[in-house]
Amino acid sequence: MLDADSLSQPMFVPEAGAASRPFLERLHDWIVTVDHKKIGLMYVGYGVLFLVIGGIEAGIMRAQLAFANNHLVSPETFNRMFTMHGTTMIFFAAMPIVFGIANYLVPLMIGARDMAFPRLNAFSFWMSALGGIILYFSFVGGNGLYGAGTAPDVGWFAYAPLTAQAFSPGHSTDYWIIGLLVSGIGSIGTALNIITTIVCLRCPGMTMWRLPMIAWLNLITTGLVLIIISPLTAAQIMLLLDRYLGAHFFDTQAGGSAVIWMHFFWIFGHPEVYVLVLPAFAILSEVIPVFSRKPIFGYNIMVLATIAIGFISLSVWAHHMFTVGMTSYANAFFVASTAAIAVPTGIKIFNWLGTMWGGKLIFATAMLFCIAGVAQMLMAGLTGIMLACAPFDWQLGNSYFVIAHFHYVILGVIVFAIFGASYYWYPKITGRLMNETLGKWHFWLFLIGFHLTFDFMHIPGILGMPRRIYTYEASRGWEVWNQIVSVGVIFQGVAVLCWVVNLLWSVYKGRKAGNDPWDAWTLEWSTTSPPPDYNYAIVPTVRSRRPLWDLKHPEDPDWKYE
Amino acid sequence: MDPAIPNIFHPASTPADDIHHLALFVLAICGGIFVTVFSLLVYAVVKYRRREGDDDSEPPQIYGSNQMELAWTVIPVVIVFVLFLATARIIHAIEDKPMPPGTLEVVAVGHQFWWEFQYPQQGFITANELHVPVSKGANGTPTHIKLLSADTDHSFWVPQLAGKTDLIPNHPNETWIEPHETGIYVGQCAQYCGVQHAKMLLRVIVDSPEDFQKWVDGQKTPAAQAASAAHGREVFEATACVNCHTVTGTNANGKFGPDLTHFMSRETLASGAALNTRENLRQWIKDPDVIKPGALMPAMQMTEADIDAVTDYLETLR
Amino acid sequence: MAAPSIALKSHEIPLSHELKGHVGMWCLIAAESAIFTIFVVAYLFYAGKSLIGPYPNEVLHVPVFNSICLFSSSFTIVMAERALKRAEIKLFGIWWFFTIALGAIFILGTAREWYGLIYHDHLTISTNLFGTTFYSLVGLHAFHVIVGLTGLTIIMIFTALGYVTHEHEYRIGVFALYWHFVDAIWVVVLSVVYFIAR
Repeated sequence: MLDADSLSQPMFVPEAGAASRPFLERLHDWIVTVDHKKIGLMYVGYGVLFLVIGGIEAGIMRAQLAFANNHLVSPETFNRMFTMHGTTMIFFAAMPIVFGIANYLVPLMIGARDMAFPRLNAFSFWMSALGGIILYFSFVGGNGLYGAGTAPDVGWFAYAPLTAQAFSPGHSTDYWIIGLLVSGIGSIGTALNIITTIVCLRCPGMTMWRLPMIAWLNLITTGLVLIIISPLTAAQIMLLLDRYLGAHFFDTQAGGSAVIWMHFFWIFGHPEVYVLVLPAFAILSEVIPVFSRKPIFGYNIMVLATIAIGFISLSVWAHHMFTVGMTSYANAFFVASTAAIAVPTGIKIFNWLGTMWGGKLIFATAMLFCIAGVAQMLMAGLTGIMLACAPFDWQLGNSYFVIAHFHYVILGVIVFAIFGASYYWYPKITGRLMNETLGKWHFWLFLIGFHLTFDFMHIPGILGMPRRIYTYEASRGWEVWNQIVSVGVIFQGVAVLCWVVNLLWSVYKGRKAGNDPWDAWTLEWSTTSPPPDYNYAIVPTVRSRRPLWDLKHPEDPDWKYE
Repeated sequence: MDPAIPNIFHPASTPADDIHHLALFVLAICGGIFVTVFSLLVYAVVKYRRREGDDDSEPPQIYGSNQMELAWTVIPVVIVFVLFLATARIIHAIEDKPMPPGTLEVVAVGHQFWWEFQYPQQGFITANELHVPVSKGANGTPTHIKLLSADTDHSFWVPQLAGKTDLIPNHPNETWIEPHETGIYVGQCAQYCGVQHAKMLLRVIVDSPEDFQKWVDGQKTPAAQAASAAHGREVFEATACVNCHTVTGTNANGKFGPDLTHFMSRETLASGAALNTRENLRQWIKDPDVIKPGALMPAMQMTEADIDAVTDYLETLR
Repeated sequence: MAAPSIALKSHEIPLSHELKGHVGMWCLIAAESAIFTIFVVAYLFYAGKSLIGPYPNEVLHVPVFNSICLFSSSFTIVMAERALKRAEIKLFGIWWFFTIALGAIFILGTAREWYGLIYHDHLTISTNLFGTTFYSLVGLHAFHVIVGLTGLTIIMIFTALGYVTHEHEYRIGVFALYWHFVDAIWVVVLSVVYFIAR
């Protein structure tokens, strides 16, 4: 049972000579592991690697677009870059990082020793990893055995009939399909695992309404994953059947419909962005309270609002299709559902504000990233409202305004939250703190670069610049804005470099952290840093949402008020 | 006259005007929300920061407030409802607008990577540059455009004239414009359609009623048969040009590429990728990939003399 | 290990670890239901839209015998589970065998139906929209039946080798849940393909 005594005793004795085991043996350990912590770290490492690769792809595009009528890369190359950038960032950077964080933290934070199905966990990771390798093999093998390699160039949402054999010969599109089919299997496995873990493996006393926000929001996220990956899988199987067995799902010559691909894709695609953002919200909901020295404001409502977001997100998909010629009634319905999702999202922003209000804010690097994340969610949500108003979307849709909006969410909220999470949980994972000075450099450089790029990116959209164009005329008036946008990327690149250097350097030289460097309140801070393989020698029993607060403040425990 | 920058906040046609009004309304509301909430956030960050010399006591542990939750649920619901009503009104005003009797009918067919414009009422087909009459006064003369596709998805977007609508094969769509000022308005394809999506540009020339009629009359005449270009015409008809292009009144009636009957009446070639000068035209005929790499028109490997001849011929097609 | 000094109320005791197999299988069923839903939606969307024949009402005949076999296999698997609960391994094996047999008959019947459609009625996946949606939807279901039969056969082999005991009741139950799901999907596919959209 968790009490002051067990906190002060060492949880385990490190193996003698642990550091001198041969490299191959340690590598083997990682490859065959079923430990959720190692798998979580592999997911995150994999994701960060692809984040950098996707960033390079973006860099190439920004260099090409910095000048009107530029000839840095060919149109074919540019089209591959935006396809691979989008696909990589969503499926092989963001999703693995999100799954990795969940994998590492969820069992620790609910007082469990591992996930419900550890072997399935490992299998799911390796399937996801294989998917990325298959996709990137396209650079080598895309045109078939005797052709030169080419990556897919159909855009990350691969609209039909551009993906038909007639318009996309060779195999580049097939690498897109198969890479995602394979990683989709991994996603479903992980989702199933996280749900079962949260439902069945909570420690005694941890009712659903005492779950940490990380657990609740990942539960809703993985519930969404279970339902939405299958529509993408189905659509991709249909596309494969079209391309190779002469099926007619999207074959407009045989009476098939290009629009139904859009419906199937976006039924996956829209909830997918909530799959990415809800875990970011979870991070904000864990970090902000600790550095405000107050509990999360309105826990019950935060949970209910997230459940509402989960459900509503399944009903908004056709706001990506306002321009395809749906009836005015259909358009109006999707305006309503999309605008409706602003209400629970706004509630969350207000609750974070309420958490900070009246607190004693500590501006550690983790907190800086999270505060910026809240402000940027406000802005991104508002540009989303603008796009929800269909006629406004008839102008702004498929333009650089949309690109600015969704990068505002993905970078401005999700990546900022991930950066915040790294500074916050790195001490738990490695036993050492990251360098705060380098962290502040990372924050300010990235903040400047992010705003240079994505604030100004709204303007070309307003001036008529559509997306997915490899060049543009000087007379359109877009050049100066594109240049500012491209400059911001340099700042972001340097910032990410600071971060990576910090991550690597701090493993060896960071200050020792101890169990609980931030004076936090959730279960993971009660075990050692890093935690032992089995997480907890004695499975804790809890009585409130902040079990460590109860221990540190026995005169004023949370369970008296909850 | 040079076209203006295609700014959605400089509308020049009724549907774009309607969207502009909605946009300003939505921006005002969103702006108000942003200023309010962002100010509160900045205030909180400044006022509640932990200060030097502060003791280590924890602040009051507030768990929530039902009144606040109610307030910041009800107010957003009201705002969302108002936005929905305003939006639904504009959707209906644009999508369901009945067209008056004087409407010009145009059929736009999207191709990889050019625009086909058919004028069924007048009986001719042209490409890439859309001429429409200005619509002034009570009896408007808007243009109603039916949108079809010959291959993949495209999107018709001329920001100053209307919101974009997609061209999707086997899924006819429609849009309409009602420009109030003469001039040239630019736009381009707004749905990724393949390698040269970027250079599938649009030019809409809004003419006075007289100029429009003159243009129509010119388009209805059969192709010029200048004796000076007879040799060029022979080369044109002997090479595979006729398989893709139409020149009315000759044996060229291919449908895969743009109609060239009145090619010289256009200011640009290759769907806006280059100005219609002799030099550009010659380069385009010699090797389209130099101007528009990946365009579906092949280089026909003609001799320099033949290229000159064909260029001469095309320059007579006024 | 010290006894906990707080007594938990009954509502504070979380759902047991022991139920994780069922929870996991229900999650899988949710994901699989989603993929079937999309293929059913495609089927219904394209119903009546084929540009050329053959058309469903010309070539489809309700597979009554096949369906009865598949539905009966849900009954036999329940009987098998009950036998296992009573530790009657031999009886369990017999009912299990019948489940496999009934499932195999279903697959063979489907194969026979497809043979007729392809060679006699000239309906393939590339003939028209009906062919495309029919073969993909029914084929997806048949694929899930084959996966189930594979699992059933593996368990049959383990039973024959004497490794299955009544302690495996829970795991057998989790697997049986998958088999019932496959049956339930057939209810939907049968209704949609052979009745509603005919």
